[in-house]
Amino acid sequence: MEQLIQQLREWRYSWIQGWRTFESRLPPWWTRALAGALIAFGILFPFLFSQGSGFLNATITALAYSVMALGLNVVVGFAGLLDLGYVAFYAIGAYCAGWFGSEFFFNRHIHILSSPVAGKLIGIHLNFVFILVIAVILTAFFGAIIGLPTLRLRGDYIAIVTLAFGEIIDRIAINGQSIHLGGGTTLTGGSIGISALDPIYIPGIGTFDQLHLRPWYWVIFAILMLVLFVNVRMRDSRLGRAWVALREDEVAAVSMGIPLVKTKLMAYAIGAAFGGMSGVFLATFQTVVSSDRFNFSFSIFILSMVIVGGLGSVWGVLLGALLLSYINQYLIPDVLNSIPSSLGLSFSLTDIGLGIYGFLLVLVMVLRPQGLIPERRRKLELAKGIGVGETELGMAAGEGTEA
Amino acid sequence: MLPLVYAIHDLSSGYPAFVHGQSVAQHDLTNIGQNLAQGLANGAIWALVAIGYTLVYGIIELINFAHGDVFMIGSFVAAWFWSSIGLGLATGPVGLVLGLLLTMIVSMVVCGSLNTLIERVAYRPLRNAPKLAPLITAVGFSFILQNVGLLWLGGNQAGVDDLVRQDKTVFQISGVVIQRGYVLAIGITIPLVMAVTRFIARTRMGRAMRATAQDPEAARLMGINVNTTISATFMLGGLLAGVAGLIYALYNTTIWYFQGFQAGLIAFTAAVMGGIGNVRGAVLGGFIIGIIQSISDARFGPQWTPVVVFGYLIMIMVLRPRGLLGEETREAG
Repeated sequence: MEQLIQQLREWRYSWIQGWRTFESRLPPWWTRALAGALIAFGILFPFLFSQGSGFLNATITALAYSVMALGLNVVVGFAGLLDLGYVAFYAIGAYCAGWFGSEFFFNRHIHILSSPVAGKLIGIHLNFVFILVIAVILTAFFGAIIGLPTLRLRGDYIAIVTLAFGEIIDRIAINGQSIHLGGGTTLTGGSIGISALDPIYIPGIGTFDQLHLRPWYWVIFAILMLVLFVNVRMRDSRLGRAWVALREDEVAAVSMGIPLVKTKLMAYAIGAAFGGMSGVFLATFQTVVSSDRFNFSFSIFILSMVIVGGLGSVWGVLLGALLLSYINQYLIPDVLNSIPSSLGLSFSLTDIGLGIYGFLLVLVMVLRPQGLIPERRRKLELAKGIGVGETELGMAAGEGTEA
Repeated sequence: MLPLVYAIHDLSSGYPAFVHGQSVAQHDLTNIGQNLAQGLANGAIWALVAIGYTLVYGIIELINFAHGDVFMIGSFVAAWFWSSIGLGLATGPVGLVLGLLLTMIVSMVVCGSLNTLIERVAYRPLRNAPKLAPLITAVGFSFILQNVGLLWLGGNQAGVDDLVRQDKTVFQISGVVIQRGYVLAIGITIPLVMAVTRFIARTRMGRAMRATAQDPEAARLMGINVNTTISATFMLGGLLAGVAGLIYALYNTTIWYFQGFQAGLIAFTAAVMGGIGNVRGAVLGGFIIGIIQSISDARFGPQWTPVVVFGYLIMIMVLRPRGLLGEETREAG
């Protein structure tokens, strides 16, 4: 095992050397050109597949998860506040889509820019864009609320409070059928769920449907681009630098005049808002909001994307999110599933899908503990071992050391 | 096209709700003595699992997400072992006691070794990695163990023989029925906890553990083998998880692959509530959570119990961030 890791490290080192010499020969504008090419590829991507393709379906979900991972990255990666209850914001976003875009509140009749079909139905039917705005405001508010009790706490204690918050929201979603709001309506649909959510409707263009996946793809791609832009801009902004300062040394940062409360609450609120946006989209795409998916496992699923990708690194997190979503939704159930039977074995791979996923998580982290694409600042710290006690402990223990 | 995470979710909506023996009417607080007794018994199991969390957190500051699943494997091994040595409902009392003692040892050894192995494979290579990296390998191992459990006994709750007739009344104090299950859980837990605290306070290895928890670097300079000490900590946590697994199987009479996840969450909450890193705190937290659960089961119904437990946890964290018996740890200073 150790020798294998050593071998892989040597290979990696030689690859990095090769890449550096190659990079030095490229013109200075190559990063911008690459970004432009990638965005163009992203827009044209769905034309490679048929409208109802399973891969396109998996891609849409993967992009929605990426939005959540980027949101969580703001909280965990930039600000260093370990959030184990991120699923709460997915839930709140999804329920916004359910409350304001279905027949669920059957005793209200509100229609704002709703599709011609939804316009004739009972209940509240707002346009997707309005629901998105409501969800962003609501999740940001709840993000700040959960931030409040953690302000005095440090490190993993923050993780516990957020975990507790996530579990409480999950329970409220599950038991929401017994919370009556008057007039026969309840807070949530429980495990039966709120179903037949209005599909996205763009006035003048038309209503989306499940048979044509490309428009869905473009909507979530646009949201992802927006979130990526915000992430990159925020990282280098005054606020972003304040987050990093708080993450690295809270006492020093505060004594330098960084407003602790405001900075931390902003991280929670912004991170939560991204989760809410993605939640609205996912619920609308799946046309149902059922309480069985707002579980602790989901928080962990999103968190593993952030950590596998590289904490605090925008591109790393994006890569980690896409990779883990595809493994989870496409590779294991669709591609690898037929392998055992073709080898003459009698079990189906979905039976050990969970184990394979777990094994991959262990493997990736052992081989690349800093994440797939580590943040530049962390990379420096790890290479030089600036001021971390743990580094020395590991070296003393005679384990493999970085560089 | 069912995403895997959703497959995980579907099976995970239930929390363990202990409504054994005495029929528990909802919105009922009249039988509070019974709730207390039952809560203490449930809390004993959480306490044993919580010690594993608290020891590991104290020494390497890792939330060992795989620990709950080690506990689950403990239940599975125990149930498999006792039926393979022929323990059944017809076994006499002497055979039962001896057989269960043997089962306990086997389950302890399996869980202890498993926990140590996981540390060796998944956490030790990451000792100088970013702090959150081992968290993910822990989650990875948690998934692997759950999958093992899933293949072993399937996705549904599996009933096991009620070997000790856990709901039989032992005695009654002013209307409170003390069942065999309670006596079993508390009777095994209390001596074990005393032994563990003594081990940590008195022995050489225990002192090494405390020293490493305080400052690994200084401990190493004083000639303590840090790696061995950490392995021993995982071994100790695993041994206790093995015992807890056996008690859970005997007391609850159903086991399933997801029990570890739920128990882990609750036990971890208990460890934090008591002040993470502190063994007595973990035990106290376990008992408190057990009692809160059983009172809340009776008062609000089991479906709201997690809200009560986690609400209480948030309150504790706000009012007393170090936990009930918390000490100043390296990080939460």
